[in-house]
Amino acid sequence: MRINEHPILEFVRGREIGFEFDGRKLTGREGETIAAAVHAAGVRVLRRSIKLKRPRGFFCAIGRCSSCLMTVNGVPNVMTCVTPLEAGMKVETQTDKGHVVHAEPRESRPGEPRDLGHVPLAVVGAGPAGLSAAIYAGRLGAESIVIDENNGAGGQLIKQTHMFFGSKEHYARVRGIDIGRRLLDELDRVPSRLMLGTTVLGLYGDGTLSLLRDGRHHCLSADAVVLATGASENMLAFPGSDLPGVYGAGAVQTLMNVYGVVPGDRVLMIGAGNIGLIVAYQLLQAGVEVAAVIEGLPEVGGYHVHAAKIRRAGVPIRTSHTILRAEGEDRVQRAAIARVDRDWTVLPGTEEELDVDTVCLAVGLSPNCELALMAGCDEAYVAELGGRVAVHGRNLETTLPNVLIAGDASGIEEASTAMLEGRIAGIEAAQRIVPNVDRSKLERMRSEAAEGLEALRAGPFGEKPRTGKEAMFRLAENA
Amino acid sequence: MRDDVIICRCEDVTYGDIVRAVERGLTTTEELKRILRCGMGPCQGRTCSRLITRIIADKTGRSIEEIEHPVVRPPTRPVEIGVLAGDDEDRRGTGAPAGDDEG
Repeated sequence: MRINEHPILEFVRGREIGFEFDGRKLTGREGETIAAAVHAAGVRVLRRSIKLKRPRGFFCAIGRCSSCLMTVNGVPNVMTCVTPLEAGMKVETQTDKGHVVHAEPRESRPGEPRDLGHVPLAVVGAGPAGLSAAIYAGRLGAESIVIDENNGAGGQLIKQTHMFFGSKEHYARVRGIDIGRRLLDELDRVPSRLMLGTTVLGLYGDGTLSLLRDGRHHCLSADAVVLATGASENMLAFPGSDLPGVYGAGAVQTLMNVYGVVPGDRVLMIGAGNIGLIVAYQLLQAGVEVAAVIEGLPEVGGYHVHAAKIRRAGVPIRTSHTILRAEGEDRVQRAAIARVDRDWTVLPGTEEELDVDTVCLAVGLSPNCELALMAGCDEAYVAELGGRVAVHGRNLETTLPNVLIAGDASGIEEASTAMLEGRIAGIEAAQRIVPNVDRSKLERMRSEAAEGLEALRAGPFGEKPRTGKEAMFRLAENA
Repeated sequence: MRDDVIICRCEDVTYGDIVRAVERGLTTTEELKRILRCGMGPCQGRTCSRLITRIIADKTGRSIEEIEHPVVRPPTRPVEIGVLAGDDEDRRGTGAPAGDDEG
């Protein structure tokens, strides 16, 4: 079902196009992904799992999991959550590992040369951290290319309908969607080029990047690389957790706020951290009912302002509660929750069944630092930063020369801190690669960003990342 | 946790499969991958590796920090073999390998 009225967002949809789904004629909109189009048409089962033939539906929406693989125009294993819908496409539910139907070799496509040459700075990720890195490096004279696998820039900012906190310099009282636009305006004023729809398949220690663009493989070499690849959502395992209708919170945001498609009619939100609270509110904005927000810990983890907003709207926040199971025939039709004690032991007699068709998981994020690790950066496990991260110092330098890492990829925080980390990484990259860089300007910019970051991490909610980052900087010093 | 809960969604590996393997002495993510294929499907463990690490930690009494993570290698996402092997016009039908001439 599509959202027609929204208090903040206006959906400019592409023209209606026809496609085929398992022999049925359906319509979608130009500019949306295959998965969004079939979801909007009410389809929940996209494939069957390879051995047990369990139903699989939309899940991550960012091309990270395997839940949405379908056969498209005879080609199996197409990631439909990131593949744009085209008129006349033949989309089929996939029921096994897939068979190659077209044995004919593909026509060689004329296009860009495979070797894209050299760029002083390559930034991977066009979210808040990556855009900030390119802007600040650019202001110091570093030319850059910003690469992102999505077809639009802005990263997660494009899904954020809420206003940010903090001080004015850090875009307080501006909605995330508008911050993204402002960053792109600023990027326009520096020597930087956006390369969207491009996946970085590999990063090698010598600064070579392997790219997938328009179905072809390309190489690019860079003097410095800033990795601003963001984070992936954590999964929670429970009976029925793989049923269609159990989605990651980011996927729900993508579906609602990018494509204007509601995930379901009645949602159970798991997790009362900021993401759980914000997405619960966004669901209400989209006209979806939220049955409850549950949280395993005895307290709400996110900002009280966000919690208060959804409580005022009548949504109960049940702390010390966990999900026992999700059930239904080929899709979620109900879920059971129960109270837990401090050791997460379920208290007998507290089980409740909820009539919901969607379970949304907001149970934390993990840094996407694969590129840093495959290039050979040292790694460490720091729980406060979200798990496994590339070892990095205060200027976001990793243990490999001229490879920097910023934003959620370097430890889970927020968009505001990501922008400042991006700045610092961009400034550091410029220092390393711009000949005769303006030192005093550079130091001024660096101390401004560092002070801003310190201020944002000073509050009680900054304690966790602050502790994590300090531990990380100590590791970097000893590396 | 119920034995039939799916942990690796790509390869249909259940909680019970993993627990039994850990009890048999397979206590690293690499070993579990080789025997059960968990983490070897199209998502390359992005969905399940945290869950698997936690199960190993719970069952062996080790802390999560101590459990080795699988090695990360390119490519970051599944690609058709033709993408990497190359489909350049000039190499077609010559019998030459599609990669480097020296390869």
